[in-house]
Amino acid sequence: MMKSWSHMVQAPKKNRYRWLIYLALAAVYIWAFAGVPFTGFKETAVQITKAIMTGILAPDWDFVYLPEGEDLLRGLLETLAISILGTFISTLICIPFAFWAAVNMSGSKVVSGSGKMALSFVRAVPEIIMALMFIKAVGPGSFAGVLALGLHSIGMLGKLFADEIENMDKGPVEALVATGANRLQMLWFAVIPQVLPGFLSYTLYRFEINMRSATILGVIGAGGIGTPLIFALSTRNWDRVGIILLGIVVLITIIDILSGAIRKRLV
Amino acid sequence: MSAGAELKRPKAPSKLKHYLTAAIVVLLLWGSSIQTDATLGELIEGFPNMFDLLREMFPPKWTYLDNIVGAMLDTIRMALIGTTLGAIMAIPVALLCAGNLMAQWWLRYPVRFVLNLIRTIPDLLLAAIFVAIFGLGPLPGIFALSIFALGLIAKLTYEALEGIDRGPLEAMTATGANGIQRIVFAVIPQISAHFMSFTLYTFEINVRAAAVLGLVGAGGIGHYYEITLGFLEYDKTSVIIIFTLSIVLLIDYASSKLRGKLL
Repeated sequence: MMKSWSHMVQAPKKNRYRWLIYLALAAVYIWAFAGVPFTGFKETAVQITKAIMTGILAPDWDFVYLPEGEDLLRGLLETLAISILGTFISTLICIPFAFWAAVNMSGSKVVSGSGKMALSFVRAVPEIIMALMFIKAVGPGSFAGVLALGLHSIGMLGKLFADEIENMDKGPVEALVATGANRLQMLWFAVIPQVLPGFLSYTLYRFEINMRSATILGVIGAGGIGTPLIFALSTRNWDRVGIILLGIVVLITIIDILSGAIRKRLV
Repeated sequence: MSAGAELKRPKAPSKLKHYLTAAIVVLLLWGSSIQTDATLGELIEGFPNMFDLLREMFPPKWTYLDNIVGAMLDTIRMALIGTTLGAIMAIPVALLCAGNLMAQWWLRYPVRFVLNLIRTIPDLLLAAIFVAIFGLGPLPGIFALSIFALGLIAKLTYEALEGIDRGPLEAMTATGANGIQRIVFAVIPQISAHFMSFTLYTFEINVRAAAVLGLVGAGGIGHYYEITLGFLEYDKTSVIIIFTLSIVLLIDYASSKLRGKLL
C-alpha cells in the first residue's frame, strides 16, 4: 500500500481554559476604565499645549545665564552635582551590603538571603519619598536630594554588585588560598581585580539613572533643576518651561553618550 | 649570574592614566559637594531629626488603611491603563524603527531619535507638565505613564524585532505574501511573547511610578504623602509606605512569575 503524504496539517490544540483568561483580562480592563473619572479636558488644554510647544521652539534664551544666579546653567550644574555625590555615597555604602548578599562571600544561603531581602526593601522605597523624609531631617535643599539618591541607589547597586561577585571565577581565590594568603590578601588580589570593571560599569549605569531622578527632586524642594521648572509651570511661564525642558534633554543625552562610551571600554 | 642581569624585568604598565582618573573623580566630588552645600556636619546635625522622624513613624496607625485603599486601587488602574495605551502605541512605532522590516532609513532614524528624547524625560516631569495642561486628576498621570511606556516598550520591542529569525520572513516573501501578511504570519508569532513580557515589565515600573505621581497632583496614592506629612502625621505616612511597598512587591512577584512562563 502506498503511503499517502497528503494529509492536513493539524492546527495546534488550544488551551481549553483560554477563554477564562480572556474573560479575566476583560474584567480587569472594565474595572480599570470604569474607575477613571473621564470628565473631559480643560478648555485651555489646547492653548497651553500650543504655548509650551512655542516655548520649546522659541525658548527663553536669556534664562540660560543670569548674572545674579538661579539660571538654567546653575540649575543643571546642581542637578549634576546631586547625582554625582548621590552615586558616590551609594557606591561606598553598598559594597559591604553586596558582600553580605553574595552567597559565595557570606558563606550561607540564609545570610545572603537576608542581605538580598534588605536590598530589595531599600529598592522598593521611591527616591522621592526618601527625599521627603530627608527634607524633614536636614531641611529643604540639594543636600536632602543627595542623601535620598545615595540611600535609594544602594538597593539596586548592592544587588548588581552582589550578582557580579557571585559570577566571578573561583580560580584566583583558590590559588591564593593555596599560597597561604590571609582573607584580606585574598580580597585584594583575587576578588577586587575581578569585580572592579563590573562595579565601575554598574556605578556609571546608576549614575545615568540618578541624573534622571535628580531632575525631579526639585519638584518637592530637594534641589536641582526641578525647582525652577515647577516654579515656571506654576507661574505659567511657558517660554521658561521650554528652555528648561530643552536643557534637561540635552544634559541627559550628553551624560548618556559619555557614560555609555566609558562603559563600553570598561567591560 | 650575568645572564640574569640581561634578562630585564618587564616594566610595570604606566599608572598615569589611573592617577589622572582618580584626580578627575576627586575633583568632580569636591566640586559637587561645594555646589550642593553637602557637609558632614550638617548630616550629623540632622541625624537626630531622622531618628525622631523614625520614632514618630512607629507604631503605624493601621486604621488609616481604610482611607487609602481606594487611592491605591486608583494607582493600579492608572498604571494598567497607562501601560496598555503605551503598549498599543508602541506597536507601530517599533515596526517603524526595526531596520529589518522598515527599509526607509529616513523614516527610521528620526523616529528612533524621538524615542530617545522621550526616554530622557522622567515620568514625574511629564506628569507635572500634563497637570499644567489638563488640570489635576488621574488623567494627566495616565498620559504621562503611557508616554513613558511608549518610549520603553517601543525601544525594547524594536531591538527584539531586529533579532528575529529571517527564515519565516523569506518564506512568506517566496509565497508572494504582501507586507501585512508578512507581519501577521512571520513577525507576530516570533515577537508576541517578548512583547507581552516587555509590557508586564513596564507595568511593574509604572506601578512604582504611579505611586508617587500624586505628589505633582496627577492622582493616585502619592497625594496622601503630602497630606499626612503636611499635618506631621508620620504614623499615617508609615502606613502608606508599608502598604505601597507590599502592593509593589506583590505585583512584582506575580508579574515576574508570569514573565518567566511567557519566555
